[in-house]
Amino acid sequence: MDILSLFILVPIITILALVFTKGLKQARIVSMIGSIVQLGMAINLVFAYFKEKAVNSDIMVFTKDVVWFKEFNIHYYIGVDGISVALLLLTAIVVLAGVFISWKMNDLPKEFFVSLLVLSIGVYGFFISLDLFTMFVFFEIAVIPMYLLIGIWGTGPKEYSAMKLTLMLMGASAVLLVAILGIYFNSNADGGALTFNILEIAKVNIPIEVQKLFFPLTFIGFAVIGALFPFHTWSPDGHASAPTAVSMLHAGVLMKLGGYGVFRVAIYLLPEGAQHWSWFFIILATIGVIYGAFSAIKQTDLKYINAYSSVSHLGMVLFALLMLNKTAWNGAILQSLSHGFMTALFFALIGMIYGRTHTRDVRKLGGLLKVIPFISAIYVIAGLASLGLPGFSGFVAEMNIFVGAFQHDDMFYRIATVVSVSAIVVTAVYILRVVGIMLMGPIKNQEFLTLERVTWYEKLGILLLLIPIVGMGVAPLWLSDMILESLQPFIQGVL
Amino acid sequence: MRHEIILLAITLLLILAEVFIPQNKKQSIVHLAILLFGVHTLVGFFPGSEDSLFGGMFRTNGIIHFFKNVLNVGVLILLLQSADWLQEKVVRQNKGTEFFILLFSSLLGMYFMISSGDFLMFYLGLELSTLPVAALAAYETTSRKSSEAGIKLILSSTLASGVSLFGISMLYATSGSIYFNDIIQMITSTDLTILGMILFFAGLAFKISLVPFHFWTADVYEGAPISVASYLSVISKGAAVFILMILLFTVLKPLMHVWENMIYVVAVLTMFIGNLFALRQQNMKRFLAFSSIAQAGFILLGLIAGTQLGTATIVYFVLIYIFSNLAAFGVVQAISLQTGKENINDYEGLYRTNPNLSLVMMLALFSLAGIPPVAGFFGKFFLFTAAASEGYYLLVFLAVVNVTISLYYYLIVVRAMFLRKSDNPIPFFKNKIYMRLGLLITVIGILVLGLYSPLYDYIYELSGIFN
Repeated sequence: MDILSLFILVPIITILALVFTKGLKQARIVSMIGSIVQLGMAINLVFAYFKEKAVNSDIMVFTKDVVWFKEFNIHYYIGVDGISVALLLLTAIVVLAGVFISWKMNDLPKEFFVSLLVLSIGVYGFFISLDLFTMFVFFEIAVIPMYLLIGIWGTGPKEYSAMKLTLMLMGASAVLLVAILGIYFNSNADGGALTFNILEIAKVNIPIEVQKLFFPLTFIGFAVIGALFPFHTWSPDGHASAPTAVSMLHAGVLMKLGGYGVFRVAIYLLPEGAQHWSWFFIILATIGVIYGAFSAIKQTDLKYINAYSSVSHLGMVLFALLMLNKTAWNGAILQSLSHGFMTALFFALIGMIYGRTHTRDVRKLGGLLKVIPFISAIYVIAGLASLGLPGFSGFVAEMNIFVGAFQHDDMFYRIATVVSVSAIVVTAVYILRVVGIMLMGPIKNQEFLTLERVTWYEKLGILLLLIPIVGMGVAPLWLSDMILESLQPFIQGVL
Repeated sequence: MRHEIILLAITLLLILAEVFIPQNKKQSIVHLAILLFGVHTLVGFFPGSEDSLFGGMFRTNGIIHFFKNVLNVGVLILLLQSADWLQEKVVRQNKGTEFFILLFSSLLGMYFMISSGDFLMFYLGLELSTLPVAALAAYETTSRKSSEAGIKLILSSTLASGVSLFGISMLYATSGSIYFNDIIQMITSTDLTILGMILFFAGLAFKISLVPFHFWTADVYEGAPISVASYLSVISKGAAVFILMILLFTVLKPLMHVWENMIYVVAVLTMFIGNLFALRQQNMKRFLAFSSIAQAGFILLGLIAGTQLGTATIVYFVLIYIFSNLAAFGVVQAISLQTGKENINDYEGLYRTNPNLSLVMMLALFSLAGIPPVAGFFGKFFLFTAAASEGYYLLVFLAVVNVTISLYYYLIVVRAMFLRKSDNPIPFFKNKIYMRLGLLITVIGILVLGLYSPLYDYIYELSGIFN
């Protein structure tokens, strides 16, 4: 068994083991073991990747190619480059943290962890796929468990949110299906055979008219899950209604599928289409960045604040990808990772606060720093990371994005960049506002004095997410190098 | 001819059994019928020869043989799922044997229909496959709705057959022959042939319940016993799709420039109307009726391609559809038999009392909705690929819009079973062995058919024969 297929096999084995468990205790232990194994594999993969890359200069390493449907030339074709390795590591960390945060999932625990793991299979599979069909299959596998996860274990208007989220994301994937078929039937433009193989298609000169037609479909198909304005509306509702671990996984990992797909499929395979359409989507992305940030200021529900902040931050990822240059791309990938850790941490903390105070309304909270200092202090750190303070991951990412964006010297790009940069200021407003009201100030409710202390599993979950945030901020170079090296084929193919 | 002879023998044997089995052991007829039909299904899988009998009226080849096997598997699952209903309700009223005789006659009609080499045999097969089902639809003689279903089915199907026959007569008038092989050579694109083809198409469109020939579907499904509704939606539809495909791809191929437009319009209408009407259904049987109308619309996407790819994807999709729909109907059947409840609201909280049934239902619905990794996704994706291969991107786009609409109502049932809690849920019950076996086979089918690619390759090879 090759090193990558294990990323799909191990969750499947964990799920099979879960079927035979009884009760919460067994279920969480099994899921924890499974997720720890996954994290171990992800860390191992990072080292193995560096070792392999020293001797192997292919675009993708650890590839495996098995013919699946031979009439359609569909292959189970997997492999990784630096970008996917980094995202796999992100996924493994967030999944494990999610399991820790769900330690007290009393209602149907077995089903909960099974759904969570199915989701993770979809995500892992998506990041390792190099075949459009396989990728699409995993994409849908990642989305559909969300319906049950939000619908069964969520809070508030969960049925509405779950349905809205599922229909919007599946609707987007339906559009994507058309685009994939369009790419597939033009993959023989240079006289070869029809193929779904991404690396093969990248070599083909797909006719420009076709690219112009299918780039928007591909872009929108992926970008909806990356919260592209105006298709972001599923995200605040979905996050607010989802249980903590699901919000973490969803904002932390699942939304990254959007940026990754846009980059790996839309931009890489349809470069002329990207150049033709980038102005249009840059406008949408810029609106998303600003709109998300301003919306976050007005919200009073902690989860909504964080959800809109995600819209803003992920808008920045799409914005950077559309800048079509190396520095901005590097920033986009770093921002994906940084946002993944940060937002997962935020949602974990919000879950803990909500679990103790039973409210997420900022106006009703106050003085939490005095009663739950650990959670509050981490919240401050996460907040500072989110507004791009040097020393944390957010700074490295946003720095790259804006430096890259500013390399374009015409008016349109300049204006878009300036507008996007201003979102950083707005971010500071909503982060500091929450910190001020919720953590500082007087204790508003006497019941808060008796709040439960942080438990060991919560601490573990938090630390898992905090370490990479600080790590990326302090020592970004190895990660940045890994990504820059993997950007090479994109630079050759697209620019 | 092997399929036909064995099935006829089984039918006759059951008549004898009815005479010789004493009154107090009538239950055993159900066991006997299932056993015999199981053997028949197995024997069907032995490779068959290519045949042409009765001067070309009856022909068979690899893919026709395969398709009869597909129908057999479907009927076998259906018999397993209806065994309890038959034993508890039907045999008590002393109508057990008739059920099998009518069902098998209808299946025999389908065999002849898909094997037909001329329009006479085709028409005989069509009638033989429809008339017994009308009797079956009215099988619950104490229920007004069931009688209504029977009457509705017989009246509208007779009309449809009549229209179809009228169309055939026009084709005969212009080409001078009723043999498919002769017509292929003689047919020209005149107004009369085109009119004939459209009328002929109407007859089959009725059986597949394509819009605008779908009005009977929901009422008949709702009134008829669930086994019969399930038979209509799966077996009968599958056979009709198959013969329609054969005729369009061979005999009517010269008129392709006409029928591809016709199919285009009908496909769009069928998908949208089926889906939009399914959105607000309360009764599970009506819900599945509209869902099956919409599914028929998707099948047309393969038809419009008119290539080997089209044939293969249709056969593959129908095979998967049989398993998915039978799983859904099986669960409805099991619950209806135990509790008499058939509304979506009654399913609320089902997962907490009957987790296994809910999971089967969820798999079936996901497969119908086309969500990977279950089989329905592959079926649909390949159908869309077939349509896209001929450049019908807009049609594919409309189809994927419909996939999203359909997801909404499939999720409504999932929502009732998994998300909702009920004060008065369906209590836990254990299914009998036949039902469990019937559901198990469908679940295995749903899980395996999509991922197991050699099956598709096999179908693709067989499909080469028409193009």
